[in-house]
Amino acid sequence: MEIDPNRRKVVAPGYHAPEELATISGDRGLDHEEKLIFEIGRDGVTGVDFPQTQISGARLGGQQRKTAIGLPGLSEPEVIRHYVRLSRMNYAIDAGLYPLGSCTMKHNPRLNEKMARLPGFGDLHPLAPRATTQGALELISSLMNWLTTLTGMPAVAMSPKAGAHGELCGLLAIRAAIAARGENRSRILVPESAHGTNPATAAFAGFTVDEVPAKPNGHVDAQALKAKLGPDVAAIMLTNPNTCGLFEGEVVEIAKAVHAAGAYFYCDGANFNAIAGRVRPGDLGIDAMHINLHKTFSTPHGGGGPGAGPVVLSSALAPFAPLPLLVADKDGFKLIEDRDELPDGAKPFGRMCAFHGQMGMFVRALSYMLSHGRDGVRQASEDAVLSANYILASLKDVMSAPFGDGPCMHEALFDDSFLEGTGVTTLDFAKAMIDEGYHPMTMYFPLVVHGAMLIEPTESESKASLDAFIHVLRGLAQEARAGKTARFEGAPRLAPRRRLDETAAARKPVLRWRRDNLPQAAE
Amino acid sequence: MRYLPLSPDDRSVMLKKIGVPDMDALFRDVPRSAVVPLSAFDLPDTQGELEVDRALSRLAAKNVAAGAGPFFCGAGAYKHHVPSTVDHLIQRSEFLTSYTPYQPEIAQGTLQYLFEFQTQVALLTGMEVANASLYDGSTATAEAVMMAQRLTRRGKAILSGGLHPHYAETVETVAGLTGAIVRAPVTPGSAEDIIALIDDDTACVVVQSPDVFGPIRNLRPIAEAAHAKGALLIAVVTEVVSLGLLESPGAQGADIVAAEGQSIGNGLNFGGPYVGLFATREKFLRQMPGRLTGETSDVEGRRGYVLTLSTREQHIRREKATSNICTNSGLCTLAFTIHLSLLGEEGFTRLARINHAKASALADRLGAIAGVELVTPAFFNEFTIRLPKAAAPLVDALAKKGVIAGVPASRLMPHEKIADNLLIVAATETATDDDFAAFERALKEVL
Amino acid sequence: MSETFFTDQHEWVRVDGDTATVGITKYAAEALGDVVFVELPAKGRKVGAGAEAAVVESVKAASEVYSPVGGEVSEANSALEAAPATVNDDPEGAGWFFKLKGVASGDLAKLMTQAAYAEFVKGL
Repeated sequence: MEIDPNRRKVVAPGYHAPEELATISGDRGLDHEEKLIFEIGRDGVTGVDFPQTQISGARLGGQQRKTAIGLPGLSEPEVIRHYVRLSRMNYAIDAGLYPLGSCTMKHNPRLNEKMARLPGFGDLHPLAPRATTQGALELISSLMNWLTTLTGMPAVAMSPKAGAHGELCGLLAIRAAIAARGENRSRILVPESAHGTNPATAAFAGFTVDEVPAKPNGHVDAQALKAKLGPDVAAIMLTNPNTCGLFEGEVVEIAKAVHAAGAYFYCDGANFNAIAGRVRPGDLGIDAMHINLHKTFSTPHGGGGPGAGPVVLSSALAPFAPLPLLVADKDGFKLIEDRDELPDGAKPFGRMCAFHGQMGMFVRALSYMLSHGRDGVRQASEDAVLSANYILASLKDVMSAPFGDGPCMHEALFDDSFLEGTGVTTLDFAKAMIDEGYHPMTMYFPLVVHGAMLIEPTESESKASLDAFIHVLRGLAQEARAGKTARFEGAPRLAPRRRLDETAAARKPVLRWRRDNLPQAAE
Repeated sequence: MRYLPLSPDDRSVMLKKIGVPDMDALFRDVPRSAVVPLSAFDLPDTQGELEVDRALSRLAAKNVAAGAGPFFCGAGAYKHHVPSTVDHLIQRSEFLTSYTPYQPEIAQGTLQYLFEFQTQVALLTGMEVANASLYDGSTATAEAVMMAQRLTRRGKAILSGGLHPHYAETVETVAGLTGAIVRAPVTPGSAEDIIALIDDDTACVVVQSPDVFGPIRNLRPIAEAAHAKGALLIAVVTEVVSLGLLESPGAQGADIVAAEGQSIGNGLNFGGPYVGLFATREKFLRQMPGRLTGETSDVEGRRGYVLTLSTREQHIRREKATSNICTNSGLCTLAFTIHLSLLGEEGFTRLARINHAKASALADRLGAIAGVELVTPAFFNEFTIRLPKAAAPLVDALAKKGVIAGVPASRLMPHEKIADNLLIVAATETATDDDFAAFERALKEVL
Repeated sequence: MSETFFTDQHEWVRVDGDTATVGITKYAAEALGDVVFVELPAKGRKVGAGAEAAVVESVKAASEVYSPVGGEVSEANSALEAAPATVNDDPEGAGWFFKLKGVASGDLAKLMTQAAYAEFVKGL
């Protein structure tokens, strides 16, 4: 048997792959096509047994439903098979590396899932009597302690449901703080390399966005930033390390200038994984930072959610943290939900959402933190930075790294200069990675370089995994430059679907199944 | 450390390849003064699974789970039985540990179930189109108000007095930036004249049904009155199981439906994560926030699904986006879809009837107790009773007797005197006759 | 005799008497890729020269379209609603976006001729 360390397959000498075979079913081995539940379901079938119950309808205010809803009926075995087959069409971290810059796709420990499902956490009502929820409130308090200690900040708002929601929370606190000073400041400075949620949130919170350019070396132009400060600037929003994967070394001077101008410093915490356990953002002078628990603290991405975005706050902003507040008194922990019961100095700007936050994600994050400990958190950050630099060093001779002269943080940025003249775009390159068994890296972000490719391996990859990934990317880059573009044309070919027509999907949106299969609804 | 695959040897080899002597060299852009030693963090060191499990189990044991005894809390979060299949399926690696489906070729599993979800939500709410979920019902309501403000180019939003106070506060905090939020008076047990508040400056009227005290609202006249003034009706549903027995908001003329989907597929989880449902008319599609999955085909003509109309979203429109939202509720959305697939028409409608029957039976029992008055004669699975004394201390006393009796209205509206003696009680298919007997017994003891 | 003028934001305007027709250039349409949706201004709306008047969307991007000249919107090309692809097929003809009346001829003086625009594009 040949075992090529860089190829995953073990092949016998003389082995030939079979010719393409058209099957009768249309399925291919373990790759099964799967219809919609509406096409599978039938009347009179159910996956849950309930008795038929007589009701009088007298208590329904005349609002009893008169028509069928139209839901399909399926038995339990059919439901399981349907969703198992669907799952097998998905890539996942458990199955392979995700080199997605700014997403921090690290391993999701299974212990966290078990802890979140303990009945004392999972089967607890948010409005249950205080005496019956002390363990949950204590858990939230512990997590708050971890977050404030790791960041070196005095306070944290726990209710935001995701990173973008956390950004909104931070900006609303800033807005309230400015109003409390009797001032009116409506401009927010945002680097042009920022993640889209930054300007979107700023606009959402009622501010106007003023873009700060990046310097050719990928860092924010601190001079330009300081020049834009003025009495109408409410805040700056910086990501540090920034979206090019670089630590903003001038951050302390920037913070000082921002504060001197009467403004606040919002830090996007998406890249906290590079510095957790080593650097405390509070020491750098920030006023607010959201922490994506689904990035740095491993809560699962779940195909798009749920997230959690608690926001650490400086002493200047802490008084404005939204309701509810968690306090401890002689009877134990308590949630303050009523403005009449506020502790001294608290002036919450309002409420971000119902109830108290993403408890399910809090349990998972605390489980992660307790497992790692402060030494594990620091080691994880180091390994994340080490792995990204290893990839940068291993690829920069065949790919183009605009800021590759120095080290990067936890993610390495490449652009498409190395593809110039080949006819292969960043998109083609990425789609070819799919055929190689990899999810593509983050593409076309940040916007400050052309055809960006942002690679963040995280600390969860073994060296063998990194080496295999590097080997593939080197191969793809070399083939593109040598004019061997066949594998890029029309990629991917080996995924459950080939390239999909996104133009048609946007021009004539079909956003639901309809019994009569008409693509557009009548008014 | 069990989650970190790199060995000390690996690290040396990698440092050598990079060409630096140690880790500190990689952090050279960080100001020296900003790097702190481990001792700066007053936190414990690495622990094994055994220790972590013990520590967290100890905390969990300090809580009284809803399933531990007679349990009657609702008010925006409901205890329903979730079939074992659901939790088993959502823990499959390819669902649990997958990313947002931005690469559709390798995310058809996620995209197809989101398409199924969007269809389910449209069917339940009686609306033409639904998105792939928002964070929860309260933020969905705030997004609906802002969407109505954009569509009508007006700012005023009128919130029914029956809207969950947490939802109203969320709307005030977020949508209050773009218009005046008017909260109608709280009138538990009596009709609300919200139509009188609608004028030519109104962008939308927000009505919850069943409302926070339990009563089922007739949305038709409100929809007509709103439309007559060029305003939109936003219908809010916090107990989505009610849609198995009641007329849909869409059939009654709602323009946008914002709902909490937690009741289906998702446990109580002390308040989150939950799943926001959002549905509207096709003509408002481009102003709808959140992700959307659409059907299309690939280059070989096979049907497939993609995220679409992304130009509304933050990663493209940036400051002109319809919302700043980036995630949806992912796994919670999947749990909803799977549970509803298991229920189907038959199971879902039976489930709704059982809920109503249970709550009806309990309402009769409690209403018959001396001093207890049923304030809401019409309801789905949640109703309000007036007690002869303040409800909050009674609930605490009942908890000591092992009965979690419901949510005192004063918890949600501490400044409404009228709420002090009111108790909001929910009964779902998980409540038994023994639970009812225990509640009745304990309540008589504490009154 | 109507001449077409161009802006450095890749809009074109063709004037006939005091009515002007506005659209985006071939260069812009190619850069955008497949157009999926066009948001057009309402009839009667007054726009100033350089003001945002419309939005054109492709799958991956949304771009503002600025009015090259000031005036009042007299007509929007509603055919683009059902067939946004027309913008790609014939951007400088059938893919027009909107017409303005009451146009100030002085606004045209600030714009580029066809030849000047062709030079401008070469330099990009």
